[in-house]
Amino acid sequence: MEANLITSMLFATVVAGTPLVIVALGLLVSEKSGVLNLGAEGMMAMGAIAAFAVTHETGSPWLGVLAGMGAGMVMSFLFGILVLSLMANQVASGLALSIFGVGLSAFVGKPFESVALAAVPPIRLPFLADIPVIGPALYNQQALVYFSWALMWAVVWFLYRSRAGLVLRAVGEAPASAHSIGYPVIRIRYLATLFGGAMAGIGGAFLSVFYTPLWVEGMVAGRGWIALALVVFATWRPLRVMVGAYLFGGVMIAQLFVQGSGLEIDMPSQVLSSLPYWATIVVLVIISRNAATIRLNAPVSLGQPYRADT
Amino acid sequence: MTNPTPQPPSAAPHGTPRLTLRGIRKVYPSVVANDGIDLTVQPGEIHAVLGENGAGKSTLMKIIYGVTRQTEGEIEWEGKTVEVESPAHARSLGIGMVFQHFSLFETLNVTQNVALALPGKPDLRALAKQIEEVSQRYGLPVDPRRMVHALSVGERQRVEIIRCLLQNPRLLIMDEPTSVLTPQAVRKLFETLRQLAAEGCSILYISHKLDEIQELCHTATVLRAGKVTGSCTPSQETPASMARLMIGKDLPVCEHGAASAGGEVRLRLAGLSHASEDPFGTDLKDIHLDVRSGEIVGIAGVSGNGQQELLYAISGEEPLAEKFPVQICGIEAGRMPPDQRRSAGMGFVPEERLGRGAVPRMSLAENALLTAHTGAGLLRSGLINFGAMEKFSTECIAAYNVKCGGPGAEAKSLSGGNLQKYIMGREIMQAPKVLVVAQPTWGVDVGAAAFIRQSLIELRNRGTAILVISEELDELFEISDRIAVIANGRLSPTKPAAETNVEEIGVWMSGMWPGAAGVEEVSHAA
Repeated sequence: MEANLITSMLFATVVAGTPLVIVALGLLVSEKSGVLNLGAEGMMAMGAIAAFAVTHETGSPWLGVLAGMGAGMVMSFLFGILVLSLMANQVASGLALSIFGVGLSAFVGKPFESVALAAVPPIRLPFLADIPVIGPALYNQQALVYFSWALMWAVVWFLYRSRAGLVLRAVGEAPASAHSIGYPVIRIRYLATLFGGAMAGIGGAFLSVFYTPLWVEGMVAGRGWIALALVVFATWRPLRVMVGAYLFGGVMIAQLFVQGSGLEIDMPSQVLSSLPYWATIVVLVIISRNAATIRLNAPVSLGQPYRADT
Repeated sequence: MTNPTPQPPSAAPHGTPRLTLRGIRKVYPSVVANDGIDLTVQPGEIHAVLGENGAGKSTLMKIIYGVTRQTEGEIEWEGKTVEVESPAHARSLGIGMVFQHFSLFETLNVTQNVALALPGKPDLRALAKQIEEVSQRYGLPVDPRRMVHALSVGERQRVEIIRCLLQNPRLLIMDEPTSVLTPQAVRKLFETLRQLAAEGCSILYISHKLDEIQELCHTATVLRAGKVTGSCTPSQETPASMARLMIGKDLPVCEHGAASAGGEVRLRLAGLSHASEDPFGTDLKDIHLDVRSGEIVGIAGVSGNGQQELLYAISGEEPLAEKFPVQICGIEAGRMPPDQRRSAGMGFVPEERLGRGAVPRMSLAENALLTAHTGAGLLRSGLINFGAMEKFSTECIAAYNVKCGGPGAEAKSLSGGNLQKYIMGREIMQAPKVLVVAQPTWGVDVGAAAFIRQSLIELRNRGTAILVISEELDELFEISDRIAVIANGRLSPTKPAAETNVEEIGVWMSGMWPGAAGVEEVSHAA
């Protein structure tokens, strides 16, 4: 009984944290190149509805994920045109993109309101899933959960081991210097922004097709914003982003269990519901408050437009 | 990118100039930066480009290096006309550049920084070895594993040079390379450059320091206001004759009378220690200094050794934990914010004119108000007295010969020299008892610099205690009565300027003054 409870909470935590892992890692890569895209919420919403609609029409959740990814990329490409080619303010453009994405997804999603999809069965990893307690929680999961783990290591490898990642970090650190030694700053930033959009779209698709196979307006529910905050408070380090995402998922699930258990707690339910948001931020702020770590990992040119001197 | 295949070194027949510029003109929206510039550089030649700040030297180099494009004119590289499209293209042609403001990435290590500038995918371990070889061959010691942010400015410059050398350049552009070096380091750099030139590499050497150019360069092209005003062989010229070409008149000289001895102590630093808030900053360690009425004390040092932190600690931008380490006219002011320190009689002129010394988008009159509101009585029962503000500003503009569009002109519309004159005027007109000035003539043209130095000396003669923090040794020797050196957050003892020389101060700048920690061991080893 005890073990069952732990298993099911762990399972739920991983599921709740996964969209944040995917979206936040995408944003991390884009921010490392110096592009601050506050439109994550809108890109996720568009990814969610695109994935839902395509899955509903074709019956294939994988085509749905592709569609979600495409929708996120289209959104981030729009953002790229605004802030990279037209040098618009990144903060204002990002906010606009968020509002636009959330609104448009609600409009496009009207016909699908409260339509449900068939649940996608999890993929059971042989042997690993037989480990007691954690096996069924971690290794009998949706494919996108495994994808998020692979993505984590891929991002770490890319940023800190590959030459392309070195160039990307250099562009985020000092775009003028990168230009002066011959790197195409704007093109690199476009690619990073598109990657961020693609991951946000996949994160949205995970929500609407796998997590709760159902379309409800506003179902992203601030996860885009939490993903943005995670990246900052994790001081742009992939492993900490993942820890933060699961922390958020864990507290989210724990408070749901508490609320659902019928325990008499002298606390308004709204306070419990807000718990995952502020608990995640407080913990990350505390583990990352060292000024030197921030200085070493924060992309210096974040949010600043770059114009090559011609 | 369209990178034409690099030409082999042997492509240039003997006698063909390495680089020829013909009629280069560059127009920016508000200014003509270069106008009809001709220049020829031979293989193995060290060619100086001499001119004041704003003469168009840096723009010209950016054109050669492909950072920006010329509006008119043509560039000929080893006998062939080329359009330098980008820095990458320039490097593939064999042009390397060491920037005045370094183009390094602070959060990466030396090897990664170098790797970024090389084509292809260099193996980092092999590259580290290569860096060590080049650094030994040319006497540029650098540890390839260190992070750039932990390097001194001189070391960073070596990284930049090594980065260029690894690409086997046939033309190396050096933009004001010595402004961040001690006199001893300058000598080492010159040896490296001569060795390079002897191996056939051409060097374009940009500077406004006449003695350096005389010592190092074979030929010189002089620019003024975007035009070539002459070319010469520096070894056959005098500094005065080159200065005439550069500024169009004789070098102004400051008149410097003897200091009145034995004034009262106006500013006392009594064991000032402060940990910098910036993790990459320098911590100040136990600084003792007295500045007396009627004297100018100069603080020399290589940039990044605690000058900025010292200024912030004195001005109150970073208040200290204790009161006693900063004493202004006998008042313990260590915990006071800047405005209270001003009321206590201190004025300060920070290094950054735009952003710290003045608000760029505010008018000159409003900028005057910001520091002189009480000092010059610009307030009336808590409200701004606009008439007085206007008058104060107009007087300052007239007295300090500021060229501008009047008190209503935006601060950022002024040239560096004129804005600095205005800021100095603003502080001096409040008759401070103590004045602290950082880099008074940084980026200021020669004429304005002389005027500013003269104003400081006159202020001293009226009894103000003045502390000047500067990286220009010549300037400190020109105006200071006593000189101290800051190195790695520690301050040397002061020495009367007349009893020391550039050599000795240069040694001190690397932290080796008598009695400094670690000096004994060094002298034993030597």
